[in-house]
Amino acid sequence: MLYEVTIDGKNHQLQLEPAEGGWQCRLDGLPVKVDAVLNRRNVLSLLMNGKAYDIKRELTTTGMNIWVGTTRYAAQIRDPRSLRRRKDGAGDDLSPKELVAPMPGKVVRILVSEMTEVEAGQGIVIVEAMKMQNEIKSPKKGIVQKLVAAEGANVNAGDVLAIVE
Amino acid sequence: MFKKILIANRGEIAVRVIRACRELGITSVAVYSDVDRAALHVRQADEAYHVGPPAATESYLNIQKILNVAKRCGADAIHPGYGFLSENAAFARACEDANFKFIGPSAASIEMMGSKTRARKAMEKAGVPFVPGTSSGLDSAAQAGQVAAKIGYPVMLKAAAGGGGKGMRLVQTKEGLGSVLEAAQSEARRSFGDGEVYIEKALINPRHIEMQILADEHGNTVYLGERECSIQRRHQKVLEESPSPIVSPAMRRQMGDIAVRVAKTAAYSNAGTVEFLVDENANFYFLEMNTRLQVEHPVTELTSGLDLVHLQIRIAAGEPLPFTQKDISLRGHAIECRIYAEDPDNNYFPSPGTISLLLDPSGPGIRLDSSVYEGWTVPIDYDPLLAKLIGHGADRPQAISRLVRALNESFVGGVKTNLPLLRRILGELDFQAGKVDTGYLDRLLRSKPAEVKHDEKVAAIAAGLFAILEHPSTVANDGPDASGWKKVARADALRGTT
Repeated sequence: MLYEVTIDGKNHQLQLEPAEGGWQCRLDGLPVKVDAVLNRRNVLSLLMNGKAYDIKRELTTTGMNIWVGTTRYAAQIRDPRSLRRRKDGAGDDLSPKELVAPMPGKVVRILVSEMTEVEAGQGIVIVEAMKMQNEIKSPKKGIVQKLVAAEGANVNAGDVLAIVE
Repeated sequence: MFKKILIANRGEIAVRVIRACRELGITSVAVYSDVDRAALHVRQADEAYHVGPPAATESYLNIQKILNVAKRCGADAIHPGYGFLSENAAFARACEDANFKFIGPSAASIEMMGSKTRARKAMEKAGVPFVPGTSSGLDSAAQAGQVAAKIGYPVMLKAAAGGGGKGMRLVQTKEGLGSVLEAAQSEARRSFGDGEVYIEKALINPRHIEMQILADEHGNTVYLGERECSIQRRHQKVLEESPSPIVSPAMRRQMGDIAVRVAKTAAYSNAGTVEFLVDENANFYFLEMNTRLQVEHPVTELTSGLDLVHLQIRIAAGEPLPFTQKDISLRGHAIECRIYAEDPDNNYFPSPGTISLLLDPSGPGIRLDSSVYEGWTVPIDYDPLLAKLIGHGADRPQAISRLVRALNESFVGGVKTNLPLLRRILGELDFQAGKVDTGYLDRLLRSKPAEVKHDEKVAAIAAGLFAILEHPSTVANDGPDASGWKKVARADALRGTT
């Protein structure tokens, strides 16, 4: 199996083939033998060159976090055979940007109206969770095309609150 | 002894009290709001009743609804936990009026300690030390100047009706005093409708040290040692320990005697905590009394060997304290870490969500008081405290090393937590040397920790192995003619879904 793995924004080529007593890996061309046991969902035990690693995984909206010990690595993984379907570029500054709720909460105030011009970093919506208010800011300079969330609405993490174009 | 106790609370403290009830052979009754139907305290209680919508004012703070449940289920006592109704004199009185024993002090004691000015007057009469200054309002700049010269600069001007940091002004030298006093008085008038301003010696970044007391309903009062609670932010404590690194046996006796005097002056019964501010010369001053069980009570339980919740229940049932002051001996050192659902990358803003993976620590000297389980969704409506992890050792270095070891065993996936911050504090040199004060955490957070990452390769290999091992079928050589099912499975494996 061939994968393209991104760790903290850096791309790596990973090849994994079953081998005697584990896996033969090639990471960016360098060979290494790994013994791996999936202890349970999201928990992996690795033995590499005699060293033991207890690895945890968390799924996120953009991919996953891989925890090696107490250190977190943001990871994405792709199978190159499906790469062609991947849309390139995370979007330039001219494309519409969605404001999403970073956490579940309640929309307590909307600070701008639709079709007004906003600066990058300007507060658009205030979401309250656990008695604390968080101002959700515009990711770019532009015009508020649509306010999706209404005042008083409950939102989940990842819900679109507004679109700035 | 009581037959059935209603716990008017939620979260880890509700679980804590349910455990004590079970140990004492008492039936426990939980209450819950709409969003807490699946909460751990509901699962663990003998009985559970719905009290209303998520908003605390319509559920956990609603006195009538809670008393209705108590009547319906035939409870004979009510434990308020901490927060919510625990320091509400009206609730304590309503419980008494409805013939439920309130497990805590009398409504009169709560009332007395709830009013800053009343508490100060009574405690001054009893010879309790206060931060030097005036206990009543200043008439003139001249009077302010005289007092300030006597107590020494810097001084703090405080609005009598203020609180939460509002209406406070720091004055460094006598030159600024007159104009700042005028500004403080007019601000107090505008903000609180009362221009009364008093003066106190300014304590810059004092320590926050508190003394645990226990009083029965027969006039016996004892102290159980102090807790150092200086590591806090926005008045929220993060880490507490007992004993305090700076409290000597003589100072403990002095503080303890004063705490007992405070309790007796307030005709106090049950568990309570007397809070002190301590300056850099180890002078201590009365701050306030908390008329309830504290979040951080486990550190005292570990060093004293006593179960404070058992004792609270026994005292409320009318039993005398089973020991006197001279029977109490403190052993070893205990430190508590509060694990909060907070996002370290977003200014420690609360981070509710569903817990996707939970690995709890165990082993020597470790106690975990938790209210969460894997698969549970932390609601947005309440305090973000998930659990308290407490380490106990023969001395402070051993308690620290056990706690660090246990924090490294802990994992909470799906919600962001302050676990990295707790590890950082415990590994930090000033903390290890016991040099902490109430400004410590803000200072620490001003500098970003140097992050050393050297396991990128391990992480990359792990990402690939997760994908393969969770979907073994994808390893098979699936060429162009592979079935659609296989393709879907592989796509799922890569996304990490299912």
